[in-house]
Amino acid sequence: MAEVKCAFVVQKPQYKGETSRLAITHAISYQTVEILLEDDDTVTPALCFIGEGVLGLEKGQQAAKDVYGISSTESHIMNSCLVDLEVLVCKEDMEKYGISEDSMPDAEEMGADVKVQVVPMADIKKRIDESRHVLVF
Amino acid sequence: MGKLAIGVFPGLVGNMAYDFALKFAEAAKDKGHDVSIWMSGNATVSVKANQKHLLDYSTGEKHLLRLMEKGVEICTCEACTVARGIRKDEGIEGIQWSAMHWFLARVHSADRVFLIGGE
Repeated sequence: MAEVKCAFVVQKPQYKGETSRLAITHAISYQTVEILLEDDDTVTPALCFIGEGVLGLEKGQQAAKDVYGISSTESHIMNSCLVDLEVLVCKEDMEKYGISEDSMPDAEEMGADVKVQVVPMADIKKRIDESRHVLVF
Repeated sequence: MGKLAIGVFPGLVGNMAYDFALKFAEAAKDKGHDVSIWMSGNATVSVKANQKHLLDYSTGEKHLLRLMEKGVEICTCEACTVARGIRKDEGIEGIQWSAMHWFLARVHSADRVFLIGGE
């Protein structure tokens, strides 16, 4: 079995930044990559938000409703939790922008086992070090 | 020789990142590496067939055809491409259309992954 660990590092805000949103959807696609791989091969991504990338993650976003009619970053994060994706958000950068840990979305009510993890930058660096490939968005 | 997976995200216009990505891919292929290119975001505009390569205008078709002739594998993100109004039957022949897991599968087997550009 060949497991390849990857880190998707998002360092730009998601609204009107297409690539930072694409980082999320590319990471989520790990759920179906096995149809293109040999038996027992896997890709294990982690979605890491650092710097300005921590902006736009908070729950209660109205973008999908009457405001802009686009999918919200919140829904993407909830979907990430639903597919057991490891989502790490930099604690220091959240503090820098005055964002509380309580404001992070989760998909517990939808049955997700995984939650967004607010962690020190040192933990994100450790996950990056463990990764074979790092993709910076 | 190694396997390279290159994610190309920038559009044809605005900076030289798209041009660099294709030159880089060609140089790697000429050196004997296996090269796969994943087009996503604004880069997907370049997969439309029948581009007129006028002097001073940024186009992609002839460069992409040359890369494929050399054996570079190219795939475009179907969602990004149709979102820009390009249908599959309007695309350059030989370019694959797929979803994002195509790129992750190439990442799995790659020795090196390059992610180029974006807005």
